[in-house]
Amino acid sequence: MEFEIAGKKLKSRLFIGTGKLPTYKVIPEIIKKTGVEVLTVAVRRINPEAKIENILDYIPDNITIMVNTSGARNAEEAIKIAKAGSEIIGTKWIKIEIEADTRYLAPDNEETVKATEILVKQGFFVFPYITPDLITAKKLEKSGAAAVMPLGSFIGTNKGITCKTLLRPIIEEVNIPVIIDAGIGRPSHAAEAMELGADAVLVNTAIAIAKNPVNMAIAIDMAVKAGRLAFENGILAEREYAEPSSPLTDFLK
Amino acid sequence: MFKEILQKEKEFFLNFKNYDNHINDIFIKEKITKQDFLKLLFNEDDLILEKMALESKIITDKFFGKTILLYAPLYISNYCENECVYCGFSALNRELKRKKLKLEEIEKEMIILKEKSFNTILLLTGDDRINSDIDYIAEAIKIAKKYFSEILIEIYALTYEEYKYLVELGLTGLTIYQETYDEKLYDKLHLAGPKKNFNFRLEAPDRAAKAGIKEINIGCLLGLNKNAVFDVYLTAIHADYLLRKYPDIEISISYPRIQPAEAKIKIENFVSDRNFLRYITATRIFLQRVGLNVSTREKEIIRDNLIGLGITKMSAGSKTTVGGYHLNTKDKGQFEISDKRSVEEIIEVIIKKGYRPEFTNWVKI
Ligand code: SF4
Repeated sequence: MEFEIAGKKLKSRLFIGTGKLPTYKVIPEIIKKTGVEVLTVAVRRINPEAKIENILDYIPDNITIMVNTSGARNAEEAIKIAKAGSEIIGTKWIKIEIEADTRYLAPDNEETVKATEILVKQGFFVFPYITPDLITAKKLEKSGAAAVMPLGSFIGTNKGITCKTLLRPIIEEVNIPVIIDAGIGRPSHAAEAMELGADAVLVNTAIAIAKNPVNMAIAIDMAVKAGRLAFENGILAEREYAEPSSPLTDFLK
Repeated sequence: MFKEILQKEKEFFLNFKNYDNHINDIFIKEKITKQDFLKLLFNEDDLILEKMALESKIITDKFFGKTILLYAPLYISNYCENECVYCGFSALNRELKRKKLKLEEIEKEMIILKEKSFNTILLLTGDDRINSDIDYIAEAIKIAKKYFSEILIEIYALTYEEYKYLVELGLTGLTIYQETYDEKLYDKLHLAGPKKNFNFRLEAPDRAAKAGIKEINIGCLLGLNKNAVFDVYLTAIHADYLLRKYPDIEISISYPRIQPAEAKIKIENFVSDRNFLRYITATRIFLQRVGLNVSTREKEIIRDNLIGLGITKMSAGSKTTVGGYHLNTKDKGQFEISDKRSVEEIIEVIIKKGYRPEFTNWVKI
């Protein structure tokens, strides 16, 4: 079930966000129990100088860190934040997150395309977080994004894959990996995203605010694996009526 | 502008008939109306308050995660030409030793705060355009920029051009409290000085927003208005207006509460702990993504228990005297600090509560 993203072979299709975790101490345990290989870290939260737990102390070297630009309000800010983050962490994986709306944390697709074009040219692996829109996804593919990360529902809502009709065409038409980000509030949502054909999912809130983040990470990881396996196996369409056991047109023979 | 909305909302508030029926329906709604918000604010049932607290907790965890942002206030000057009857820095207070930090002293204080891990700083002055003029503020911001990623001011209301000038120097946020949204009461409480201009203050957030600021923190001072719900309601409506009008700016609310011990004038309107919690949780349910802030003005038991119930930011280890971090002064601060614990102690409390203290909310670029 290995797959490739930004030139890297990965086994785990679950990416985990760290921003809302109650403590970074759970990170090594989550990695151990789930085999997660990619974690996202918000540049705006990195503060190695503070005398509190420093996230970087809890992330082993073999983990790929994707820094995100949350807090950026336009392409220009996102590029600055991305570069600052890349420098501190030493990563080339950048999640472009430009939210020009604090009420919904809705991504600004237009600015995201702009930032992606520029950062790709400068040699970064760019993972743009977008409102699911096929045309935007295609533009991002053309500009060399490493993947697209459309939202399943707005950040923090835990509503699941409510944007299905908009996600399906992206998964079908775009030839770079599709990572469904945001909205996954429980394991069944993650399974649903994978059954839909997403290459991976990114989960933050559901794990972070669970009573036991490690257990929730394990549960979601299992769901991701189940959903993927089912997808590769070919999922039968749901039907309103039963399939007759002998063909209805048999009498023509 | 908010002025017109304020007029309409005032009428709406006065005509609001509070029928307590269907209050439980509010908890199954995804988005509550302003009528619902008022019902919650007026409700007096402890069982409903318990429900509000739970709902507020769920919403806050979902949108802000298990984190609390810590920041530090830094008083750089206490000169003030206003006569706000409720404040320790008021020009009426002739005994108060007036002081203004020299730039080297400002830097000294900042280094101390930086060593304590702070990365978000709130610079405060009294309201005095001569003794702490805009260039003095600008110099303080320039120094702050060396140490902090987030710099906020809580000073007199500025013009658009002044905000723009400071934003260009690195100012990221504005804190400005209207104190009360009741214009008549405002006029009575502010005897003299430039702050008497209600509208100029009311529209300061708009001017700052247009000048490119990244965050705005508004609030009302609980204890001034007998009708506290009115001020809470209008603060929330003001925040809602700002959220809609400037969607890319982070908006926060504070409900500083006058404590019985610090009152210099006769105050008959102390807000009870119960109502204080009610206002915070109701605001969270009404405005799900708004930041909510609590200062060291509140006592330990309140602060500790608010963690996880709706608030997202706290000050810690604060001094409200000018130069208080590097000098051991016996001077009187702007208000009495109730929670005198150190930053380390606050960090410990937050962790015990299952939350992660954060010092950084912005990238220094
Ligand atoms: S509240 Fe502000 S303006 Fe009023 S007296 Fe105090 S310091 Fe001066």
